[in-house]
Amino acid sequence: MEKIIEIKNLCKSYGKVKAVENISFEVNEGDFFAFIGPNGAGKSTTIRTLLGLIKADSGEAKVMGLPLEKSVEYLKKIGYLPSEAVFYNNMKVGELISYSAKLRGLDCSEEAKKLCEILELDTKKRIDQLSLGNRKKVGIVCAMQHKPELYIMDEPTSGLDPLMQKEFFKLLHSRQKEGATVFFSSHVLSEVQNNCSKAAIIRQGKIVAVDSIDNLSKTNAKKITLYGVNTLPESFGCKPSSVGENSISFFYNGKVKTLIRELSEMDITDLTITEPDLDEVFMHYYE
Amino acid sequence: MVVLLKELKKGAKGFLIWTLAITFMLVVCIVIYPEMKGEMEGMSDIFSNMGAFSDAFGMDQLNFGTLIGYYGIECGNMLGMGGGFFAAIIGIAMLSKEEKDHTAEFLLTHPVKRSSVVLQKLMAVVVQLVVFNAFVTAMGFLSIKLVGESVPAKEFLLIHLGYFILQIEIALICFGISAFLKRGGIAVGIGIAVFMYFANLISNITEKTEFLKYVTPFAYADPSSIVKDKSLDMTLVLLGMGCAVVAVIAGFIKYTKKDISS
Repeated sequence: MEKIIEIKNLCKSYGKVKAVENISFEVNEGDFFAFIGPNGAGKSTTIRTLLGLIKADSGEAKVMGLPLEKSVEYLKKIGYLPSEAVFYNNMKVGELISYSAKLRGLDCSEEAKKLCEILELDTKKRIDQLSLGNRKKVGIVCAMQHKPELYIMDEPTSGLDPLMQKEFFKLLHSRQKEGATVFFSSHVLSEVQNNCSKAAIIRQGKIVAVDSIDNLSKTNAKKITLYGVNTLPESFGCKPSSVGENSISFFYNGKVKTLIRELSEMDITDLTITEPDLDEVFMHYYE
Repeated sequence: MVVLLKELKKGAKGFLIWTLAITFMLVVCIVIYPEMKGEMEGMSDIFSNMGAFSDAFGMDQLNFGTLIGYYGIECGNMLGMGGGFFAAIIGIAMLSKEEKDHTAEFLLTHPVKRSSVVLQKLMAVVVQLVVFNAFVTAMGFLSIKLVGESVPAKEFLLIHLGYFILQIEIALICFGISAFLKRGGIAVGIGIAVFMYFANLISNITEKTEFLKYVTPFAYADPSSIVKDKSLDMTLVLLGMGCAVVAVIAGFIKYTKKDISS
């Protein structure tokens, strides 16, 4: 399978602050790939480096087999949606979408019309009259109207209502079925779980995990909530994930015998043992 | 040419306002000339004998009582100040505004070379100044004909050519600086134009400050020297154009290599 994005030991600093440090991962053709991590982890810096907006300090990266220096070549085949959709305020929506197509030397009016209908976007409105969500829709049309081979999207659903989010992912999946690759950053782990096949997790500028969503979400740990107490015995060897006035939750990965023995000696009124959800599993990588 | 056309369209409103405002002032000055002419003849000596003030504005060398003298001082100041400010504003905003307004990310994530963006934006500045000067010159010429005065063609055209080159120099220097800015920088642009304008006034006053004529395009565009010599000081013109070219090259290199702020 062809590698669409290859990143090797990429580093970028802003002054003394290391934004990304020796990150490496690959995205294959046809992947629906999530890039997740907390705010300031280095997601946008990585994306902006791939797009040629900022220069890497060291390391290398290739997009569609081309080095970063040839970004103009591969940008022809990329649809990019920034996290903050900012456009020329004095333009009308239709003018901006048409300008975006002209910058690519294309006439995408038919596809743009279809997308505007699906996203319920009024092309006659001025950009400065649009809400955040509608500006995002303009960005989506600009990113999708030329039917690119690679979609790079930085927190694409922020500002979109749930119905539009659904339409948006439907569109992305249909493009993926046609052979496109999707690489997007997100904070919303549920949308990652529902839509992506693979993910890279970045924390403090370093990649902490790259794997399939199934593998990343696999864990032997159980989420245990005890009622009637709010402290844990040291023998559990774990920290609480949340503490209430009269309850405490934690992830337990130790021996069941030890758990039962310790629980029998505690003054608990009730307990629940559940599988951790994906958010909680990913949180482990964040912390 | 997509970026060029978009820049021209985006700048059309400002261009029209500046062009019409300066043309209006120019035409008004010319229209009142026949009425002023009689009075000016008597006052010409007074204007040329006001010491440093006369020296600064070139009134010691121009005769207020003649059309070209009056045109050079009155209309020249309007063209110099107005045209210089207009050139500075369009030059300084051309590259930095995209970053200030956070639209650079939109533009540069399209398959357009940064060098092409710089060249197209530079062309947008030059095209605006060419059209601005062509219109103002034509309207100045027509107004003079309208009031029944004869136009000393060579001096008239040289004055306008001088101001056109001045505007190009200021615009290109500001354009080059624009690549280094992340904010709009309008104040920087106007500051440069004001500094250059006053540098010329000061350089006219005494020989001690004459060196300032090498740092200001207002020196070679000074109507008093143009009318007296019937030519532009090509040394100063070439020096000014050299500075402008250096500024553009520096801006070009910076813009093609810089990190675009988000």
